[in-house]
Amino acid sequence: MKSPVSKWLSLGALAMALAIPFSNAAAETKSVAATAIVEHPALDSVRDGVRAALEEAGYTAGDNLKWQYQTAQGNTATAGQIARKFVGDKPDVIVAIATPSAQAVVASTKSVPVVFAAVTDPVAAQLVRDWEPSGNNVTGVSDELELDRQMELVKRVVPNATRVGMVYNPGEANSMVVVERLRELLPTMGMTLVEAAAPRTVDVGSAARSLVGKVDVIYTSTDNNVVSAYESLVKVGIETKTPLVASDTDSVTRGAIAALGIDYYQHGVQAGKVAVRVLEGEAPGSIAPQKTGELSLYINRSAAAAQGVTLSQELLDSAAEIID
Amino acid sequence: MSLFSLFGALELGLIFSLVALGVFISFRLLRFPDLTVDGSFPLGGAVCAVLIANGMDPFLATLIATLAGALAGMITAVLNVHLKIMDLLASILMMIALYSINLRIMGRPNIPLIMEPTVFSILQPEWLPDYIARPLILLVVVLAAKFLLDAYFSTRQGLAIRATGSNPRMSRAQGVNTGAMVILGMAISNALVGLAGAMFVQTQGGADISMGIGIIVIGLAAVIIGESILPARRIFYLTLAVVIGAVIYRFFIALALNSDFIGLQAQDLNLITAVLVVIALVIPLIKQRLTRRRHA
Repeated sequence: MKSPVSKWLSLGALAMALAIPFSNAAAETKSVAATAIVEHPALDSVRDGVRAALEEAGYTAGDNLKWQYQTAQGNTATAGQIARKFVGDKPDVIVAIATPSAQAVVASTKSVPVVFAAVTDPVAAQLVRDWEPSGNNVTGVSDELELDRQMELVKRVVPNATRVGMVYNPGEANSMVVVERLRELLPTMGMTLVEAAAPRTVDVGSAARSLVGKVDVIYTSTDNNVVSAYESLVKVGIETKTPLVASDTDSVTRGAIAALGIDYYQHGVQAGKVAVRVLEGEAPGSIAPQKTGELSLYINRSAAAAQGVTLSQELLDSAAEIID
Repeated sequence: MSLFSLFGALELGLIFSLVALGVFISFRLLRFPDLTVDGSFPLGGAVCAVLIANGMDPFLATLIATLAGALAGMITAVLNVHLKIMDLLASILMMIALYSINLRIMGRPNIPLIMEPTVFSILQPEWLPDYIARPLILLVVVLAAKFLLDAYFSTRQGLAIRATGSNPRMSRAQGVNTGAMVILGMAISNALVGLAGAMFVQTQGGADISMGIGIIVIGLAAVIIGESILPARRIFYLTLAVVIGAVIYRFFIALALNSDFIGLQAQDLNLITAVLVVIALVIPLIKQRLTRRRHA
């Protein structure tokens, strides 16, 4: 089903290849096609990070890199169409940002290499079967937070903590996953979990209050209810001198003592490095899917003082950002 | 434009031609401004995805998804016919209610079907690549739907539905139960949309809660593009025009995606699509003026 035009084009390409067989450096133009489901500060940072990583590896757009980027502008049907276009263009790597875009691309091709990014659970999204090298055309970087690193931070903020409180919305699937994993993880670290449910945003304050005296520190995940009403948690933390540790860096500016969160630009750089490995000949199926390696530690010194915690110098030194 | 991109546009165009046929029935035949579509499309997708993920046969799952769409359309019509809620508001209420219902059905915002069997993976012959097989299977489904609709709207009952839309008072005088006809028509309309949703999740790798956004706009655009490219009065050509309109709309998006060579960027996509549609709508007008001048 080749059109006459493309036949002539391929003949032309063949002729050119025969004419300049030894100019391999110039011929090493690679192509990367990136797509995201929507324009969004975090997703745009991922894209910029990917580009930066490519640049650092010596791939400059317009020079030896053919870079194209499309967003679906929030429309899943358009995401599907972008996926088909990219697969048809046969780039050396497709970078798919966020779950719907990644699913559309993976559903469209079994041969073009795909590197996903900003996908929380690639296994649940069926992008890969497990965290081992996939053996097919898909690999990437997940933005899931590793809970053991989160709990290490809790230990570093409040070294003698044994009882960790958590406020969460039982109706939010992601939060339930965190609670279930913490129930298993904390005892192995010599700590216990004390739970307080906040089914609505207005319940967050009273749920936090119910934990006072029963816990040494309150940890929160990226639960939407809790993050929306973080100020009410802060109020309780200051009144009762209960230290707060969050998992998104934004909550630190709102009054948490510390959070080890994702810097989406660095996340993009990590995905970009995976893309570079594929560009340089590694098979995507031999690269295991990764979790975000670089987390950024944000610390709020005045919140620490208000919640009765003295931070160690070692902790302050490792912070990416300190808020006073 | 690559072959792959072309077949991708055809595939999505055919899926949306089912939506467009549904929109044609509600907006044109029944004259019922129905926004339920934004909810019944993801409803069909959600029901289908959940059932397949739980191990049900994809064909049966698709059928149930279609029936779920029909039920949603019926409820909208009942809100309007029996509870006397204004048609547009009734459909808006149903649309927003379906967002929560869809979340409940799915249990989480995203259900992948990448590793599950679908009607396409079952029907696809081994010698045919999937990107050609999918639009071919969809072509059969769409043509079947089109011819069934053509036949149905020529029967007594089908004509009664059409009469209800064009002149309800006259129809009632002729003994047509207009309320029942509206409910029936809306059920057929949203059944098609539910079917489209089920086809969509099986070709796109899964259901996502955000998949309903803007579906009605695409459906309406397809109907209007079809009507202006192929103006007709007979139901055979009317439905054909709608199918063609939906496919053309997706081709425009594919064209817009391939327009980077003239310096356009990712964020311009929706603008280019809009401009292309305007051009498609203006061409028949210019043609008309030119021929009229020649006759004068």
